[in-house]
Parts: sequence; C-alpha cells; structure tokens
Amino acid sequence: MRPPPRPSSARAPASLREPRMQPVRRMKPSAMSKRKLRESSGESAECISQVQKILRERFCRHCAAGRLFGMEQQHRHLLELLRRTTVHGESNSALLIGPRGSGKSALLNHVLKDLREMEQVRENLLEVHLNGLLQTNDSVALKEITRQLQLENVVGDKVFGSFAENLAFLLEALRKGDRSSSCPILFVLDEFDLFVHHKNQTLLYNLFDISQSAQTPVTVIGLTCRQDILELLEKRVKSRFSHRQIYLLNSFDFKQYMKIFKKQLSLPAEFPDESFAQKWNNNVQMLACSAVTVHHPLLTAADLQEASRQHSTDSKANLVHGLSVLEICLIIAMKHLNEVYDGEPFNFQMVYNEFQKFIQRKAHSMYNFEKPVVMKAFEHLLQLELVQPLERPSARAQREFLLLRLLLDSSQIMDALQVYPNCPTDVKQWAASSLSWL
Amino acid sequence: MGASRALCFSLGIMNTRQQSKLIYSWYGKPLASDRKLRTSQYKGILITSESSKTETCIQLGDFILVEGMNADQPYVAQLMHLYEDGAQHKRAVVQWFCRLEEIPQNKRRLLKREIPAQEVFFDQVLCYDTDIAAETIIKTVMVLPLHLGEELPVITLNKEQTFYVRQSWDGKCFKVLSPDTFSKLEEANKKRGVNTNSSKAFTPSDILTPVKKETESVARSATKPKDADMEIESKHSTSKSSLAKERHSQRVANNDIKTPTARKKLELNSPTRSKAKLLGCEVLGLLDDDCDAIAPLEPSAPKRKVKFTGEILGSPPKIPCSNAKSKPTSETAEHHQRCSDTTRLSPYTKVKDFSGKDRNLDEEDNILLPLVGFQKASSQTPVLTPRSRRTCAQKTSALIAEQISMLDQEDFSSDSDSSYSSSSEEEEDDDDDDNVPCTPEKKPKSSKVFSTPKSSRKSAVHTPAKTPKKTGTPRTPRNATPEIPRRVQAAQEPASVLEEARLRLHVSAIPESLPCREEEFQDIYNFVESKLIDGTGGCMYISGVPGTGKTATVHEVIRCLQQAAENEELPPFQCVEINGMKLTDPHQAYVQILEFLTGQKVTATHAAVLLAKLFSTPGPKRKTTVLIVDELDLLWTRKQNVMYNLFDWPTQKHSKLIILAIANTMDLPERIMMNRVASRLGLTRMSFQPYTYKQLQQIVSSRLKGVKAFEEDAVQLVSRKVAALSGDARRCLDICRRATEICELARQKRAPEIVRMAHVTEAIDEMFSSPYVNAIRNASLHEQIFLKAILAEFRRAGVEEATVQQIYHHYVALCRVEGLQSPTVSEIMAICSRLGACRLLLVEASSKYLHMRVRLNLSQDDVMYALREE
Repeated sequence: MRPPPRPSSARAPASLREPRMQPVRRMKPSAMSKRKLRESSGESAECISQVQKILRERFCRHCAAGRLFGMEQQHRHLLELLRRTTVHGESNSALLIGPRGSGKSALLNHVLKDLREMEQVRENLLEVHLNGLLQTNDSVALKEITRQLQLENVVGDKVFGSFAENLAFLLEALRKGDRSSSCPILFVLDEFDLFVHHKNQTLLYNLFDISQSAQTPVTVIGLTCRQDILELLEKRVKSRFSHRQIYLLNSFDFKQYMKIFKKQLSLPAEFPDESFAQKWNNNVQMLACSAVTVHHPLLTAADLQEASRQHSTDSKANLVHGLSVLEICLIIAMKHLNEVYDGEPFNFQMVYNEFQKFIQRKAHSMYNFEKPVVMKAFEHLLQLELVQPLERPSARAQREFLLLRLLLDSSQIMDALQVYPNCPTDVKQWAASSLSWL
Repeated sequence: MGASRALCFSLGIMNTRQQSKLIYSWYGKPLASDRKLRTSQYKGILITSESSKTETCIQLGDFILVEGMNADQPYVAQLMHLYEDGAQHKRAVVQWFCRLEEIPQNKRRLLKREIPAQEVFFDQVLCYDTDIAAETIIKTVMVLPLHLGEELPVITLNKEQTFYVRQSWDGKCFKVLSPDTFSKLEEANKKRGVNTNSSKAFTPSDILTPVKKETESVARSATKPKDADMEIESKHSTSKSSLAKERHSQRVANNDIKTPTARKKLELNSPTRSKAKLLGCEVLGLLDDDCDAIAPLEPSAPKRKVKFTGEILGSPPKIPCSNAKSKPTSETAEHHQRCSDTTRLSPYTKVKDFSGKDRNLDEEDNILLPLVGFQKASSQTPVLTPRSRRTCAQKTSALIAEQISMLDQEDFSSDSDSSYSSSSEEEEDDDDDDNVPCTPEKKPKSSKVFSTPKSSRKSAVHTPAKTPKKTGTPRTPRNATPEIPRRVQAAQEPASVLEEARLRLHVSAIPESLPCREEEFQDIYNFVESKLIDGTGGCMYISGVPGTGKTATVHEVIRCLQQAAENEELPPFQCVEINGMKLTDPHQAYVQILEFLTGQKVTATHAAVLLAKLFSTPGPKRKTTVLIVDELDLLWTRKQNVMYNLFDWPTQKHSKLIILAIANTMDLPERIMMNRVASRLGLTRMSFQPYTYKQLQQIVSSRLKGVKAFEEDAVQLVSRKVAALSGDARRCLDICRRATEICELARQKRAPEIVRMAHVTEAIDEMFSSPYVNAIRNASLHEQIFLKAILAEFRRAGVEEATVQQIYHHYVALCRVEGLQSPTVSEIMAICSRLGACRLLLVEASSKYLHMRVRLNLSQDDVMYALREE
C-alpha cells in the first residue's frame, strides 16, 4: 500500500527551529498522553483524561492560561500601553511583529486577560477584533466594526447602508466622543499586513487618524509577521502611525528551551489527584534530563524521538518508498537526464529512451515493458506530483512530448533507494552511475 | 453620454413649451420716483404665470417666501419696499425672518425650549443683504407674532403656510419681540385681514384646493361642463407642489441638466389661478348673496364681489373692514358668518377645511343636522358649482342642498374607493421619486420641512384615517446620532510630571498656538480674509509632506476667522471640511458638502447638480462658504470631474466659495491634473516646508511649557534626528512620548526624574532601527545557515536569485562543515517559507517546490553584517 499523496511539505505546519532541540520542542501532546495511557494503566481513567485535557489546552489553543516565555518586556510594554488607554483615555497605535508561532496572539490575549482583572479597567474598554483573512475589504471591516461596537441597533431597521454611509456613520460616531468621557476602544487587527492592501488604506488611515486626534480614545494594535510592514504603509498613513513596534523574537538557548519544556509538561498544583501529579511531574523532570542523552534506554524518550522523526520526515522522499520498480526506474532515468542536461526540462519520450537503454544493455531482472505500460507508470508519477509539467497540459500537445520537471533532488532519490525494500541490484547500480554499463 | 444629452435637449424643448414662465410686473403706478437715482418705488408686484394665465399680487407689508439655498426651505421675509433701479431691474427690500435651521447649532441651545418647525425668528442680523431681486419672491405666507409664553394656536389647516414669531435673533442672542415690532407685525397681519388670536387660518390665494377634484364630477354632472380650462385646472390641483419646488425644477430644466421628470412635473404643477377660477370668484360673490339670505347679518357682501373680480383673492387691505363690521349675534350666526367670511377670503381653502370636517362627521355619525347640512351647502356650493351659480344664479337653496347630498355621497365613495386613493398616492410617490429637489430622505422629516405640498394636500384629500399611513413612515434611521457608550469610570487625570508631559505631547493635544507656522498662517489668513471681505470666491493650494502642520494651520486660521466673524469684524461664513481619505469614492465629496450646507442627503450625481445650482445662482441670504479639501489627490478620477467642479465653482460670479485644497505633493496640479483643472486651481499656492530641527525643538518645548520633564539636550537630539530624517512633527512628538514611558519604566520607585539623553536615544533606536538585522540575529540556527547558503549561491552564480534546489546543495555542504545533521528537503522548504512570511526573503508560490525561486529582501551586505556578529 502506498501512502496517499500529501500536500507539498512546505505547507505543512513544520516550523523548524533549533533542530538540536527537536526532541524536546516538537513534543506532540497526543503521543504524550498515549504514552501516559500505556504507562500508568493502573491509574484511574479520570486522571488520564484530566491530563489529556490540560495538556491539549496548553498546546493546541492560544489560551491565556499558559505561561509566556521570554517576552516579559514586551508584555509590560503592551500592558502599560493598554492600561493608559483605558485609564487615561490616551490614544495609541502599535504593531506586534514577530514570525509565525512566536506568540503574538498569545501575548495579546495574556495582556487582555490581565487588563480585565484590573479594577479600574473592567467594563471600561470596548474591544473590536478584526482579522485580515476575514475582513477582506474595508466595507466588510466597517460592518464588522459597527456590529462589534453594537451600533447597528442605532442604525435601526435599515441595518447597513452603503459603504459610504457606513464610513460616515462610524466616523461620526467616533468623532462625537472625547478623551475624558467616552469609552476607549481597542482595535485589534490580526494579519495586519492584509489590511494594508485595501484600497487607499482608508480604514487604516481613519483608525490612525482618530488615534492622533482629539476624538474617542482608540488604540490600534496590529499583529503581523512581516518585517517590512512599515514600508507598506502609505506615507500619510505612516505619518499617523505612532511607530511603536513591539518585536517578538524567540531567541531561546538550549537551557531556556529545557525550562519551557518542563513547565509546559508539568501538571499544575491544583490538579485533583495530588499523588498522581507528583509522580507525573517527577517523570517529566527525569524525561527532560534523559531526553538529552539519547542513549538512555527510556521508552518515553523514544516516543519523543519518534514524534520528532515523523515531524521532520521528507514527504516527497516518503512517496518514493511506495513506488513500483518500474516507477523507480523511470525516476532514475529522469535523474540521469537531469544530470546530463543540467536541470533542463525533459519529456516522456526522452525518459522512455533512457529507460530502453538501461533495459537493453544492463538490465537482468527487469522485464521489457511495453510503451503504454511505461506511460501508465509515468502518469502515476505525474499524479503523485513527483514530476511536474512546465505548462498546463493542452489538447494540442501530445502527452509524450509534454515538457516536465522532476521535483526530487538526486540526493533524495539516492536516500530513498537506500531504504527501498527489495530493490534489484542492477537498478541500484544504474542509479549510482548512468555510465556503469560501459 | 450623447444619448442622454439628446434626451435632455428634447426635454428642454418640451419644458419651454410646457412650463409656466413667470413674469414679474409692477402693480399700480409708481408711488414715488427718484430722478437722480432713477429709481421708482411701487406698492405691489404682480407675478403672472404665462401658461396658466394666472397672476398673484404681492404688496408691501406682505410676508413672502424667498428662494433660498435649499429648495425645501425657502426663506421667510416681509416685503418692505419695492423699487426699480436704474438698470430696470426689479428690486425688493425685505425684513428677514430666520428659521431655526439657519441659526448655528451652538446658539440654538440658548433658546432652552423646543422650537416648533413653524416658528421663525425676527432677524436682526445686520450682515444679510436685505436688498434682493424681486424675481426670487415665490409667494405669500403668514407670519403671526406671538408673545413668548403664548401657546401656538392649533391650526390644522395650511400649517405650511403659516409661521409664528416669538423672538428676535441678532446673531448672538434671542430677544423677546419689542412691542414696536410686535405691533408692526400685527398690523401687517391685520392688513391682510386676519385676527391673530383666532385659530382661523388664512391661506394664500394661490393655493388650490384638492377637494375640487373630488367635487369636479359632481359639479359637472350638476352643471354643463363649461370649458377645458376648468378641467385642466382641477387636474392640476390634484398634484400640486410648492411653488418653490416647481421653480426649482424649472430652473434645473432650464439649465439643461438631466431631469427626466421635469416635464412631467411641470405638467402637473401649475397651481396658479386660471381664468376659470377668477370666474369662480365672481360666482363666489354671488354666492355671498345667498349667504346673506341665510344669515342676513352680513352687510357688505355685495361689495366684495367687485373686489374679487378686480384683484386677487383675499387682497389684504379691504377685507378687514368687513370683518370688523360683521357682528355675530348667536353661535349659529357666528359660525355661519365665519364660514361665509372665510369663504370670501379664501373660498377654496375654507371649503377644503369643511369638507374635511364633514367627512369626519360622516364617519362619526351619518345623521346630519339640517342646519349643518345647510351650512355645508352654503359654504360648499361656490366651489362645487361656480358655473351653475353664474348661469342660474337664482337657483334655490333646495337645489344646492340636493347637490350637497350628492357630494357627500361622492365624498364618501371616493374615500372608500381605494383605487382612487392608491392612484393618488402613486402619483405622490412618483412625484417624490422624480422630484429633483425633493429628497427621499427628507420625506419623513415633513414636520420640519416647510413647504410640503403633499402633506397639505394629503390632509385635505384623504380621510384622517388614511393620513397616518402616509406620514407614519418610520424615520430614516440615518438621522439617528450614533454614539460610543460613555465610560463607566472617569478618566484619570495625569498624576505625575511625566504623565502630564505625555498628555501634552500627544499629537491630539491642541496647543494654544501653532509655533513656527506664523508666516504660513498669516498668508492663508490674509487670503481667506480678503476673499471674505470682498464676498468673492477663490482657491488656494497647500502642499507639504505629512506631519508639517498643514491641516492644523488651516484649522487654526478658520478658528481665528470664526472668532473674528463672531466679533463682527468680518462677514459671517460657514466652513465645510472634506477629507479625501474619509471618502469611499471621490464623488461622495458632493454628498458630504451638500449635507453640510443644507442637511440634505442625496445621491452623488444629484448632489452635484444641486451644488452646481447652489453655487451658480445668486442667493440673497447665503453666507460665504469656506471649503477645506484635505488629501486632494484622492479626489482624482479618470475624468477629473470632481476636481474640475470643485475648482470651477469659485470662479462663478455668485458662488461666494473659498477653497483651501491640501495635499502632499507640491507639483500635484502639474502631475495629475488636466490643464483645465489646473488652470482653475489658479496659482495661489503655498508649500509647507518640513520642519527644521530648531522648529521641532520649539514645538516640543512650547508644548512642554511649564512642565519640567525633558532635558534641553534630549529635546534637541530628538529634533535633530527627526529633522534629518523627515521633519515630521508627529514623529518627533511620538518619540518624546515614548521617551517619557521609557523614563518612567527605568526610574522605578525613585524620585521623579526627567527624561535624559539615554531615554531619548533608546526611544529613537526603537523607532528607527531596521527590523531586519535584529530579526536575522534572532533567527534559529538553521535559518541562519539557510541565509548563508543563499549568500554562497548568489556569490557562485553572480545573480541575485536562486532556486531552492541550488541553495539546498550549498546548505548540505555548510551543514557538513558545521558538523550538523543536514535536514530533509521538507524541512528546508519549511525554513524557506518561514523566512518568506517574515519577508526576509521574497519567494515564489510554494507549489514549485524545489524549483521555487528565492530572492533576498534586503541587501547582501546587511545579511552578512547581521550574520558576522556572532
């Protein structure tokens, strides 16, 4: 059985950082709990489900319950900024910039949670959350703002008028307020870079303009992963932006990663079954140590390694493992063509000729397949996206002469052949050198 | 485009044929003439409608409506003098009354009471021109003086034609009417024959009663259909609109502006009196004999016949005498007298009133008292059967009663007849939709709108049960004022010096003065001031990079000018501001300007038409308008018609429009404007230079006056840094503000500190440092190796672009050197896309996999610099 074709690995959520610490960081909660299940079958099922719940919440959701690591300064800055907005009615604008998965949303959620716990802030802040992927243009964004500010009931039976009316309406509403009496509004723009592409950047201009004029106090927080975000802003929009940029860069060293690992896996003190929690936490401590020394024959460490291995496997090379010998031969032929012609595209006829050469001169174990059969195998490769056509196949061009490209590197092919089960020796030899028959 | 033009043209022709051209002529001989000035004064003016052959006479002392900016809201005035000047122009001198809408919003609070829509104020603002062209007079209305505490008299009839005045307005405060003025006004009313305290309403003669339509068939059945005139007239009367609107539409049509409905409307609207009506009046006089026969207390009835035929209905000076003479003895008689009286004054209207009442009666109980029936008969017959009265004046009252009973039936059936009412409503709707000056949004506001002929007609024609259906349309919610909820706890005031400083340094804080822009301020001020004094229009183009105080300076100028205007050093003006960035579409500019000027909400194309009309015609009472157009470049359209119109209006003779256009680029007129637009913009230009460091320093220190929060050197450092980069004052203030935060964080619990160099430097670094270098330094090990591999590949190939496959080979080699396990291709792809998402790299779509091309988004030197440090 061949594994089903997977989407190109680039899209897989494989954000790779510090491969040295891979085993530690790329811990999968499911693997973890499975292990736990096996190990402590004596424990009550309730405990296990509790642990699963806690860990899943920690890993899979941006919940504010988890701890933040290495962003204390940014946290303080943002909290102070928002506190001033709510307490003093000071308008501000800021950008949270950091690569994907660096904890921008987590930081913001944390800050908002802390803010809501403050006495003088509660009930004193309106929040508007927008996402660039959802609000794809200003008209939609304005409607969403109106809705989240609960102004649409003011609009009465005609809920939403034209775009122009909406804008005028919202601006009017915001203009009415002033610093000391109006409730401050927090605008959170997730995927901020997508708002930049809206026409004329009208929304951004107006939000920033309000934040820079004596109207209803607003704070605009943008979240983005693009480092060049300021260059995308139009000059008058840029001038109105207060240039507060909060960078999140998780540049942890190994020790910090260890600490994070331990903290993230440890059970909280309020866990109901105390003895179980104790045992679990001890195990985590031990695991952290053992994970460094791979030689340590601990089952749990192997689990982690397995998870890590799965995570970092080469998806395309994995596909090769499931191919038939004929298909492998075709791939080898393509590899040779690539070497001969230095990466120039090829067509099926060329591959077939190369394959014929191999069959006629070298092959002992291979059966001379007919052309349609080879074609069929070739098309399967095409389906698996191991081979990619240069242009879209058209009705005019014959399939044999369609220009193609191999999406595998020669090193990938060689590696895959090493682990390919029952690979004929002559094929292996042919793969190693195209000139070996001489 | 061509097609529509042709359509307009044909309509225009039709209009000229159809529309009733109004001819203004003097009434009577000149009272006095001044040889030297070659002026001659008159006591009245006749307005003759050519097509409908009707004429209206307006005399000195009458209250009139004068065409204004907003067709729905003509100005109210009292005619004081009429004269013809040397150039044969007919002129009128008026005493203005102002509506609540004309009073500035902030002053309305002074009233401290609810103002009904029909209340006006005796205008003592001196700056308005009281000398107007006589052609702008529309028609007569009523203005009743009331004492302050007095309740509004309940008048169900002709609400739109009657105004009340309680107070005077002199531009600053409201005063109770002086006894002198009061008596004058009262006298003027008396002249028109109206007792101010009675709830009796007077209607101007040129209002036709819609009831005629209902009665028409009856009238014709009873009498012989006489002439076509009558039929036409009654048809007109069914769909009459206010004169102002009619004129407006005429004008629009004349201007050859696309008004597909103008023709239709004109066809419908000719609510002036026709000959048939005059005849009717004659008959009315005859009828008075009848009335006299019934109520013989009326002595002077026959006399009036002559008057009616001789001049217009209800001509003011003569009637009161009769009114005074008649002395009711009993209640019935009084009632009777009243109806006959009013019949004389304004027969049609009164009848309308009665028919409405009758219908009420009909609905309530069908038992008609003979007397009531009789009264009805006497009051209604003139309208019903003017012909019959003339042809057979000796008909007995029994016949009349018979007719009346028929009428009642007719009335009743017409009410219940839904087809009739619905068709009339349809007509109304059509009217509404097509009516150029009438805005659909305005409709629900009919209580406010002065002359809504539809509502008056409605109340007259339809049964009371029907009216609420029409008037009860829900208010357009757009009129609702949105508001952000109030905060629960009060905002904290700054507690420390640093907080105080931060508050003052916020860009939104409005400083008392604008330092460093004195010259520009003076230039703009002088420009606007001179135009204001001259009462002319003009354009000024202001350019400068963002954050150089353009908008702030202009606002400051306007503020100062407004102050001067309040102190009556300058003529008053109104200021409108639009911002290109706050518009969703350039054409929305029209809508916003119009809404600001007149409060109307219409579509963009319609607004353009109305504004063009507004600025091209002389308005007697219009103030100068100062229009600030911010972010002008965004009003650019392919045909540039928005810009063209904006800059064309000030060049019109009567526009009184001053435009201050603001944009960022100095050469905008040359770069994006067509020649004809740029030419109209003119050469009055001003450019705001970026601030120098000294100016920035001055700005910061002026804001911090009295607050010792910054070291002098620190301010200078910020100023120099910003001046060297952009000269943007906003940036400068933002940095200072950030520096106070850093200072506050750094000082912890120690004694209050002031912002020093170190804090400022940190703030500057935070804002201006390149994010890339920092991002690379904090990237993971493999990301850094990937970047190194890219550099190696670039160096090898000599091209600043490489495929992932090429980079991969270098990558593997580098890993070998470093002694690392080389990652798989999938991991490489992940690294690449991560760097691409941060925009450290520019990458192609990832479907190309190994053949994806990669470029650096920053220079190789920067990457090398960032990587070498370690």
